[in-house]
Amino acid sequence: MRRFLSAASFFVVLLLVWQWVFQAKVWSPVLLPSPMQVAGYLKNAIEDGTLGHATVITMSRLLTGYFFGIIVGLPLGLLTARWNLLRDTLGTTALGLQTLPSVCWVPLALLWFGQTEAAMLFVVVMGTLWSVIIATETGVRNVPPIYRRAALTMGSKRLHIWLKVIFPASLPFIISGMKQGWAFAWRSLMAAEIFVTILTGFGLGQLLHYGRELSAMDQVIAIMVVIVVIGLLVDKILFSPIEKFLHRRWGTSQA
Amino acid sequence: MFRHRTVSVIEELQLVPPSKLGIEDVSKTFRTATGEVLALDRVSLQVNEAEFVCLVGPSGCGKTTLLNIIAGLEKPDSGMVLADGKSVTSPGRDRLVMFQEPALFPWLDVLGNVLFGLKLKPNLTNKDRRNVARYYLELVGLTRFEHANIHELSGGMKQRVSLARALAPNPRVLLMDEPFAALDALTREQLYGDIQQIWKARRKTIVFVTHNVREAACLGDRVLLFSPHPGRIQEEFAVDLPRPRDINSVDLAGYATKIMRALKSFSPERAAAAV
Repeated sequence: MRRFLSAASFFVVLLLVWQWVFQAKVWSPVLLPSPMQVAGYLKNAIEDGTLGHATVITMSRLLTGYFFGIIVGLPLGLLTARWNLLRDTLGTTALGLQTLPSVCWVPLALLWFGQTEAAMLFVVVMGTLWSVIIATETGVRNVPPIYRRAALTMGSKRLHIWLKVIFPASLPFIISGMKQGWAFAWRSLMAAEIFVTILTGFGLGQLLHYGRELSAMDQVIAIMVVIVVIGLLVDKILFSPIEKFLHRRWGTSQA
Repeated sequence: MFRHRTVSVIEELQLVPPSKLGIEDVSKTFRTATGEVLALDRVSLQVNEAEFVCLVGPSGCGKTTLLNIIAGLEKPDSGMVLADGKSVTSPGRDRLVMFQEPALFPWLDVLGNVLFGLKLKPNLTNKDRRNVARYYLELVGLTRFEHANIHELSGGMKQRVSLARALAPNPRVLLMDEPFAALDALTREQLYGDIQQIWKARRKTIVFVTHNVREAACLGDRVLLFSPHPGRIQEEFAVDLPRPRDINSVDLAGYATKIMRALKSFSPERAAAAV
């Protein structure tokens, strides 16, 4: 409760400073709307369904691409760790492509797929895939060999060892890779939505883009806030419980 | 329709006949950066059913290698290991290993670790597997900790869980690789008592690797002294003391001194390091 209160008061102070800067007219109200204006936009957008609709579209793009990236990336990571040939080829490729900022995939996706959902999906998958492959591979390579030996003596074999020993043993790495993949996917999708106007649906990125086109600063800021809040919520709902469990089991930190 | 016969907890907990081990002319060479090392040079040895044999020697004498070969985790270059007359070619549930560092799985709790090997045993219901696991946790005195995480346990408790995990699938042979080396003296003394009790209760053939001469004299029916470079069995001591043995007893000290003297005779500086 104490922690909640101090966190809440921090954000209240932040809002008060914002309101003060607005009232002091440091910048033109066109460039910096008041917190109330932004809240007003949010209220309208929620009421007329714009925001909900855009959020659903963005999230479905994100989740589809993200889970596709994980479903492909996890096994590829395991295989990369298993065979040196794959490590030298696919592993190196993944390492290289991971350093590529995911927004750089947007032009290519546009030329290949045009103004379609496939282009969006492609960008998100490219954002997710490489991190997941690398994290999984690193995780597997960091499994102490003694776990494998112990499992062998207890009668565990090939597939069983992979599923019941190597995979769970590398979970801390895999989860942090999934988290990184999530961040990259989120970023690349926003970039794609800002760049790509497609007829199959208006996402949050597009709302942001049109906010700029119309010089509607309240819309721009409101959508940015929404994007941040979604990012935080996903972290708290999706990753936090898993990380807490891992920390408690492994004893890696006081979570 | 074909159905598996299920085994009851009572049946599962029944004593299995301990194995007789035959190690025949086993040699093993390792290639290292500095050249080839003959870790084991034509080592032969018989271990009787339910015998407690300790392998002692300075580090690098191949005793751990021999243990791994008996476990089936490594293959000898020549020679063979027989368990009840059958050649050992791969790891198997009938020969379980307890490692020096506790190789417990951190993603499972205590009970989950003990269950790991049991889950690989067919013909048991999951409920029975749990009951079997709990029996062994009680045997090592950790009933209250079945849901504890591994990192919450002390070193001694971890090794107790390792012991329970190794005992749970009811192996015929227990292979122990310096299991108490990393523990403090007090914990170790407690475990000497426990392991003797458990050995008596569960009747296993035990091969126990250590560099601690006193520990070997306390636990072993026989103590085999290994010499390094190349690894060979140098001498054999039968320890003829009633059990349970107390590590601090005078009689035991006599045996330990005898073994230590032999150890020093072939490797004075290494023996000093091994004390």
